[in-house]
Amino acid sequence: MDISFALTGKGYVIVAADTTAARSIVKMKSDEDKIKVLSPHLLMAFSGEPGDTVNFAEYVERNLRLYHIRHTYALRPASAASWIRRSLAESLRSRSPYAVNLLLGGYDTATHTPELYWVDYMGTLTSVPFGAHGYGSYFALSLLDRYHDPEANLEEGLATLRRCIDEVSKRLVVSPGKYKVKVVDKDGVREIEL
Amino acid sequence: MARRYDSRTTIFSPEGRLYQIEYAMEAISHAGTVLGVLAKDGVVLAAEKKVTGKLLDMSGAKEGGYGGSGEKIFLLNSNVISGVAGLTADANSLVNYARQAAQGHLFNYNEDIPVELLVQRLCDLKQGYTQYGGLRPFGVSILYAGYDPHYQFQLYHSDPSGNYSGWKATCIGANNGTAQSLLKQEYKDDIGIDEAVGLVLRTMSKTMDSTTLGSEKLEFATLTLDAEKRPKAKIYKPAEIDALLVKHDLAKKDEDTEMRAA
Repeated sequence: MDISFALTGKGYVIVAADTTAARSIVKMKSDEDKIKVLSPHLLMAFSGEPGDTVNFAEYVERNLRLYHIRHTYALRPASAASWIRRSLAESLRSRSPYAVNLLLGGYDTATHTPELYWVDYMGTLTSVPFGAHGYGSYFALSLLDRYHDPEANLEEGLATLRRCIDEVSKRLVVSPGKYKVKVVDKDGVREIEL
Repeated sequence: MARRYDSRTTIFSPEGRLYQIEYAMEAISHAGTVLGVLAKDGVVLAAEKKVTGKLLDMSGAKEGGYGGSGEKIFLLNSNVISGVAGLTADANSLVNYARQAAQGHLFNYNEDIPVELLVQRLCDLKQGYTQYGGLRPFGVSILYAGYDPHYQFQLYHSDPSGNYSGWKATCIGANNGTAQSLLKQEYKDDIGIDEAVGLVLRTMSKTMDSTTLGSEKLEFATLTLDAEKRPKAKIYKPAEIDALLVKHDLAKKDEDTEMRAA
């Protein structure tokens, strides 16, 4: 039921995810943070099987933190994405696979480029200009295809994101109320109120 | 008495020294010279070959392989080349380990291994042999010339104890003291790759025992960026080394060859 969006722009990536934690037909919580800050310039929105998601996100978070401590610099977004993809692919072929879908938004400080990766529980990894997971993707991807601009500034990017969120609120039967939005750019990661 | 502490790498002497490590370092200071210079747009490595002779079959180095005669300068990964001084057999095993470590990183992270990380991996291995029982340390010092997006061009040196350090210009092997003081005098911070090549060749010709330089005594390599900003390692083939020496006016003089022929 989780919904997450992400889109790139000029020098930044926006990652947004709803904040509801539901079980069966009951909304248990409405301020759940589903976007982890993996490194000073890397964000990860996670969705999927409850329990698996948090467990896998923490596993990734701690391993990338360990890499950062050991080598003084963090993994670059592309390398982190490759490592995460492999972790998921290995998990898929184990007795108890993680059912987790991810959107990885990062800013590569070595090449000064914003990067976004779409990852699913099957271990698919694709570099994309915008992406979405969950029911929201059925409504948002066509909108993003029409309105996404890789050269857009942050205001324009947020306006595009707002369009997606509004469309989901309008059309989806069980639309979530609130979203958490985080942005990563050359200055690092920060949260934004929509 | 001294033999009680000489025979084991893992035992400290009463003065707090590890003799086997010191002997390994000593062995390296008799080995062929390896010299490295870091420039702003590349890194240069040169090495003195010890195993030479008329009857040595060098046909492989002339045409086959990726350049070099496989004695001193090796390609560790597409972004790192190394020059080794010391026991060649030990070096081969370390080179193999380094190549596997680099491929392992590529497999896990889909990027070329950062240079310092590769140096650390080798040093972890080398350090292990100074501590665990019954083993001889690697009798090898290595110069690493590499490129990664984190710190751009880099030059590192590692020794048998497992220490490593980064350099702008350095030298290992025989006469390394002389070479280093020459480098210290001549090195400039904004040196370009062409100047660095000249500096390396001049320093090599002054420190090597033989009076004239030639491809049979020298291995040479550079690491630069290609047009797409990807690291490009070039290990020179014998003919290319001779051409380079002619260009820098350090090749064998014609009279010498004429005299020898006469």
